Amino acid sequence: MKKISLLIVFVLGITAVYGQDFLKKSKVSGSFQMDGNYYWEDKGIGITKEDINGEEFGAYGFGKLQYQLGNFTAGFRFEAYQTTPMSGFDSRVKGMGIANYFATYDDGTIGVTVGDIYDQFGNGLVFRSYEEWTLGFDNALRGIRAVYRPWEGVTLKGLYGKQRFYWAGYGENVPTSESRGMVRGVDGEWDLNSSIASMNNSKFRATVGASFVSKYEDASTLFVNGEELVMPQNVASYAGRLNLGYGRFTFSTEYARKINDPSEFNNYIYKDGQELLASLAYSQKGLGVVLQVKRVDNMSFKSNRLATQNDLDIGFIPPLNYTHTHSLPSMFSYATQPLGEMGVQFQVNYTIPKNTALGGKYGTKLAFNYSQVNDIKRDSINVNGVNMLNQPGTKGYTSPFFAVGDRMFYRDLNFEVEKKINTKWHLTLMYINLYYDMETIENHPGAEAVEANIAFGEVIYKINRNNSIRLELQHMWDNVGPNHTIEPGHESYYTKRGNWFAFLLEYTIAPKWFVSVADKYNYGNPIADNRDHYITGSFGYIKDQTRIAISGGRQSEGLVCVGGVCRTVPASSGISLTITTSF
Amino acid sequence: MKKSLAFLLFGLMFFGLNAQNKSDLPNITLKDLDGQSINIAELSNDGKPFVMTFWATWCGPCVKEHNALSDVYDDWVEETGVKIFSVSIDDARSTAKIKPFVDGKGWPFEILLDVNKELARAMNVNNPPHTFLFDGDGKIVWQHTGYLDGGEEDLYQEILKISK
Repeated sequence: MKKISLLIVFVLGITAVYGQDFLKKSKVSGSFQMDGNYYWEDKGIGITKEDINGEEFGAYGFGKLQYQLGNFTAGFRFEAYQTTPMSGFDSRVKGMGIANYFATYDDGTIGVTVGDIYDQFGNGLVFRSYEEWTLGFDNALRGIRAVYRPWEGVTLKGLYGKQRFYWAGYGENVPTSESRGMVRGVDGEWDLNSSIASMNNSKFRATVGASFVSKYEDASTLFVNGEELVMPQNVASYAGRLNLGYGRFTFSTEYARKINDPSEFNNYIYKDGQELLASLAYSQKGLGVVLQVKRVDNMSFKSNRLATQNDLDIGFIPPLNYTHTHSLPSMFSYATQPLGEMGVQFQVNYTIPKNTALGGKYGTKLAFNYSQVNDIKRDSINVNGVNMLNQPGTKGYTSPFFAVGDRMFYRDLNFEVEKKINTKWHLTLMYINLYYDMETIENHPGAEAVEANIAFGEVIYKINRNNSIRLELQHMWDNVGPNHTIEPGHESYYTKRGNWFAFLLEYTIAPKWFVSVADKYNYGNPIADNRDHYITGSFGYIKDQTRIAISGGRQSEGLVCVGGVCRTVPASSGISLTITTSF
Repeated sequence: MKKSLAFLLFGLMFFGLNAQNKSDLPNITLKDLDGQSINIAELSNDGKPFVMTFWATWCGPCVKEHNALSDVYDDWVEETGVKIFSVSIDDARSTAKIKPFVDGKGWPFEILLDVNKELARAMNVNNPPHTFLFDGDGKIVWQHTGYLDGGEEDLYQEILKISK
């Protein structure tokens, strides 16, 4: 009681002295989003009453409120997830409450945050906390963070806390499956051009940075395959990064390492993990070229050694491949493989200049992209005279740094031409060749890889200033034909295989209205019962920062992926409403 | 523990009060395409209006909007002196690709990298594209989510209203 009255006096004091200022300088803002779904039975695509399980309604919403007073900001986010089996969210996300709150003071030199923290060190290899609403993903760190910028171009950060794990409590008395270790990290970055006067306007640019992150979990011993293993209490990881630029060239790289971290995810091996990311880019007005490589070896880094899937990641492994947004290729999105992968990505963007034979009046935009991801090579190790691979309690395997594994996980080659023909017509064409290792990416043992060619075409006709019609056509040729023989028990691997045809027709009245109808038709599916149409209709209204959209129809099974993290959405049939706004 | 936390909170607020904060721009530092740190609170266009638009390479409507803005940008600058700050919310997956992507498309805007959506969160951006129009003092006068073909014209009408 005494504390409360003390607080009241304190607040009143501030208000009395600064009352006028308070009102003038205070700023309240926020945002809101709600997605509501109603699902129904649809025998055509195999959705029965049992699948819906009496939970026809799904609703997912958040409201965020933020208060700002000069350099001080505080806010919270209320979340409500009423998930259903049809929504494809992890069932643990179900619940409601204030999931996130924070208070920050930052004057540009010193910054302090208490509460739920989102941050990233470098590319995030050893630390990244973030949220993706569409995936139901949030690994915010509840704790404290300090940022200090002693002089121009130098940033030092330190943080300490515990990650969010769905709705699990943050105290000591949570079940083992919900416990999380403490995460502690420091990061420093030095931008030479900003801090050294003679380099301010130099053609040569350089930034260097380093981070150190450690997690602490209670000591424990685990019995794996009948053998007692001692788990490390502290697991350290560190990374160094470098960014160099000279004129039109940029080179950036980051290397990370993690010491022994046996976990459920890596089958309790004690091998150190490592990761390398490097990019070389050249760019000038109208031309951009970038080559990237990466290598990941045993880099799953989680704050609970028992966690699997996408849970409780401390580090982030960026996928490098192109993100497809068109409906057919995006059914086969790559998900990063933290246990090991080697990838390369090459991209060219070029604009054929205006007023040339090929460029026409507006120029023609070309894009080429190639990416490939393979497994790493793993050699067995000798344990007590026996050669073994990936045995719990051992160092697992050795992996030559530059050797590429035989198994290809993903390959994508695509080419795009985009052309504004005149003020009325706009045309985009794209060709995509995909290789998708379904067995690895979707964890379907024995599934055949997808080798597909996809053609995409889009034409926009602008009727007048506000009214436009857009038509999108897509076709996918799969290596699995309609007469393909299917091994018994593998039927579920073929829900999206075989040839597809898709179209989308949209009418828009800028800036407010849009209506569209679309169909995806899996006419070439090897299982006759799966040759289904997925027809959807959408209608929406936008007023300034508010958007309301209603859509209904069939949703095909697929992966929703954001930044390499994916969520599987089952096929469903129903109607959905989305409202989003901010203030 | 609770008490000291509450005091810390009020202490922070007290400090906050002493700062000058006339604009709607938060005190957040992002990098530009050359790796230089830019304090968002210090963004300005010499007293003229400016636009801040959030986008991502994986967002189709965003790329369309940028292409459309790029086509008319020279005329807009000539007529109103407006400036466009374009904030990419792509994560580390694309950080190294943004510069060649933007140059390859020939976009003339000043690009900022919001790799962990820090600015997007502070500005209450739920989904890209999301476009803000600021007056010469850095106050938000208009905002819009989504992009439909021809939508840039409505932004231009709003710019004309505040640039005399």
